Amino acid sequence: MAMKGAIVVDRERCKGCGVCMVNCPVQVIGLTKEVNAKGYPICYMANPEECTGCTNCATVCPDSVITVYRVKV
Amino acid sequence: MDVKDIIKPENKVYGKCPVMTEKVLHYCPGCSHGTIHKLLAEVIDEMNIQDKTIAVSPVGCSVFAYNYIDIDWQQAAHGRACALATGVKRLCPDKYVFTYQGDGDLAAIGTAETIHACNRGENIVVILVNNAIYGMTGGQMSPLTLEGQVTSTTPYGRKIELNGYPLKITNLAAQLDGTCYVTRQSVQNAAAVRRTKKAIRKAFENSAQKKGTSLIEVVSSCNSGWKLSPIGANKWMEDNLFPFYPLGDLKDK
Ligand SMILES: Cc1ncc(C[n+]2csc(CCOP(=O)(O)OP(=O)(O)O)c2C)c(N)n1
Ligand code: SF4
Ligand code: SF4
Repeated sequence: MAMKGAIVVDRERCKGCGVCMVNCPVQVIGLTKEVNAKGYPICYMANPEECTGCTNCATVCPDSVITVYRVKV
Repeated sequence: MDVKDIIKPENKVYGKCPVMTEKVLHYCPGCSHGTIHKLLAEVIDEMNIQDKTIAVSPVGCSVFAYNYIDIDWQQAAHGRACALATGVKRLCPDKYVFTYQGDGDLAAIGTAETIHACNRGENIVVILVNNAIYGMTGGQMSPLTLEGQVTSTTPYGRKIELNGYPLKITNLAAQLDGTCYVTRQSVQNAAAVRRTKKAIRKAFENSAQKKGTSLIEVVSSCNSGWKLSPIGANKWMEDNLFPFYPLGDLKDK
């Protein structure tokens, strides 16, 4: 059974470190050019259709800013 | 399927641990401290021991750890966390007690307290965050700095003739009769994070079973201290720290 996932990022708490990005097995995540109030780029789903909701990104995020959702399709 | 149809409360599979407070971590982007804090919070949450856990924060970057994990804390003088944890555990033997310390705190100024607590077999958990430098004060050499590693106090690299050998304090702790579980882990990728979480859980269970001291070294990155990007620092850690500080269990009895 295939899984479809999505992430929600707490944009003001993200520090743009990119650790989530390199840990996504299907290259879903990118960093924005614009920055948040702290001056950091923000992680976002650049390729949302690829997300399987595996939770790897959220697991490695040092700042606990990613929430992961997943459904069976 | 539209993203809007996926993002619904009933589909949530991972989020911020409720044992973490709402405070924004003061750590630099990508710092391992945040990930390790989160794992401790998750284990405390899963074991349902939030009101039964007392931790001791160190002097170092993680001095303010008490702001982030919503449990009871004491804050020790530099290096003395294991001594303070000994006192706390002996006064409150039914609580889970852990220390959270950097390599400078635990293995330079605090060496005596660490070794003797481990040797006495205090029923505490010791978390050593080894980023191979003094992060808080500007990236000076610590006892655990690698040979040849450039730091603010070894600008030409650590020299054995001058600075001595890097101290494998975790190996030393594994030799002591008082320790029951000694392991070296990391948090740079999802598999490593999950292994570290399992190790923390096991260490907490050891204290409940009065098996002795559990010490978990987490080989960590300090990208600002090392003057690298967060991703570059994790790579440098894998290439340089892991060969000298190999991951895995050193003792499990
Ligand atoms: C008695 C005393 N000596 C020295 C210091 C200065 N000092 C503050 S933090 C620190 C080292 C912290 O390094 P480490 O334990 O490796 O933790 P990190 O900051 O890397 O997480 C030192 C030497 C101090 N605060 N108190
Ligand atoms: S790991 Fe966390 S803080 Fe870092 S870029 Fe990703 S979401 Fe932001
Ligand atoms: S200085 Fe290093 S150890 Fe301290 S918070 Fe920043 S990255 Fe972490």
